[in-house]
Amino acid sequence: MKHLLEIGDLDRTELEGVLDTAEHFVEVTQREIAKVPALRGRTVATVFYEDSTRTRLSFEGAAKRLSADTLTFSLKASSVSKGESLRDTAKTIEAMGVDAMVVRHPSAGAPHRVASWVDAAVINAGDGWHEHPTQALVDVFTLRSHRGRGLDGLRVGIVGDVKHSRVARSNTLALALLGARVTLIAPPTLLPPSLEGWPVQVSHDLDAVLSELDVVYLLRIQRERISGRGPGELFPSLREYTARWGLTAERAARLAPDALVMHPGPMNRGVEIAHGIADGPASLVTEQVANGVAVRMAVLYRLLGGGGEPAGVPTE
Amino acid sequence: MSKAASGPAPADNTETHADAAPQGSRFVFRSRVFDDADLRRALARIAHEIDERNHGSAAIVLVGLYTRGVALARRIAAAIADFEGIEVPVGAIDVSFYRDDLRLRPVEPQGPTEVPVDVSGRVVVIVDDVLYTGRTARAAMEAVMELGRPRAIQFAVLVDRGHRELPIRADYVGKNLPTRHTEDVRVRLEEVDGEPDGVEIWGPANETAAEEGA
Repeated sequence: MKHLLEIGDLDRTELEGVLDTAEHFVEVTQREIAKVPALRGRTVATVFYEDSTRTRLSFEGAAKRLSADTLTFSLKASSVSKGESLRDTAKTIEAMGVDAMVVRHPSAGAPHRVASWVDAAVINAGDGWHEHPTQALVDVFTLRSHRGRGLDGLRVGIVGDVKHSRVARSNTLALALLGARVTLIAPPTLLPPSLEGWPVQVSHDLDAVLSELDVVYLLRIQRERISGRGPGELFPSLREYTARWGLTAERAARLAPDALVMHPGPMNRGVEIAHGIADGPASLVTEQVANGVAVRMAVLYRLLGGGGEPAGVPTE
Repeated sequence: MSKAASGPAPADNTETHADAAPQGSRFVFRSRVFDDADLRRALARIAHEIDERNHGSAAIVLVGLYTRGVALARRIAAAIADFEGIEVPVGAIDVSFYRDDLRLRPVEPQGPTEVPVDVSGRVVVIVDDVLYTGRTARAAMEAVMELGRPRAIQFAVLVDRGHRELPIRADYVGKNLPTRHTEDVRVRLEEVDGEPDGVEIWGPANETAAEEGA
């Protein structure tokens, strides 16, 4: 596989291969010299048309720990403000000698378009409401480190604004690929118009399914995405949202004793997740961030490490 | 996700030369150069040589290269413990991320790099099953240097089969084994392979006749 544009690019074996490789990179990131020369001489560009803290930082950190060089494109300091098209920008960046482009864009499918224009490997770092595959890889990797290699039969509830969430889509697909049973929990207004083909169950009542879940995955209420239409059109108020779909301390107390809580960040504390829960013993939020670098190292290594036809070089 | 159609390289140190072998040729058994007793004697000698060369084994750390080098390092440590009564620390190193041919082939990582002691000031003896081009040894030295500043690095191999591509030689050699470039040297260890210990040479089937005529 040349690119990582969506979870559908992977079958179960390939997905587990990425996670297995990431285990090795966790060990590398814990070394005193947490750097290996695997991608020395390669160049990775991060091309972000949207703001990001952890995704961009973890990709750049991952590239540097593999000894690759990094180039940073950010919208605000670019010629996009002069009207340069996505295609011209992508071609320009590629002409700098880039081996991989990590692309985030507000439009679904933009990384796919970039992949059709350039020879470099393209990694989707979030495209509109479509997918965010490396976040899902980080999340299933984090879950796997707690629940064993297969996630078969694990009951995962994804709670919140599924409709506008690329994280929800990628996670649903990755979790299902590993055998987990996913339930989407949201008011009807925050679910996509059609869930045909999604390997999920749906519930509109968090309280009804809470005690059956092994994992509660909370999505961020994306105020900036829905503000155009006014939050009132999708749900009455943030307080109302918290009352019905937020993981409050009272709800957390009704979870199964060994249930785990996840959130892709950034969190709206006090809205979808209560303060004490976000930092509590069941929370994997910090681990999700910590695993971000190792998992993205695995993705870069598998896309850029080795390539072309096997050459006539003996191995030893 | 690997780009090469042939998939990742095998996750052990088996010498594979699909590229070197004539197309479509099967690899067949040619000769058995070590049986389990030969192998035991060779390792016992290497253990004694390491101990002698370093005036005792107090400052030694044995570092095996995955997969069979790790098993061999453990055996050498056990031999030294037997005759010297010293527990030499044994570590393991995965050189995958240090290889110089990552651009040419996908390489699956093989295991965690774990060295139980600080290598600084110690004599690190790198242990592997087969020494061939020397590229793995070079990568291993780079990996060891990142763990600290050893007083010296030495290199022990069960089989030196020649064909070096770098200026590298081993300090301790179980057996010098002249081979053809197209051949495979297959080391088998009970605890890794579930087969009796031994070293065999395999080669392409359609080359055997030519070799006999030569």
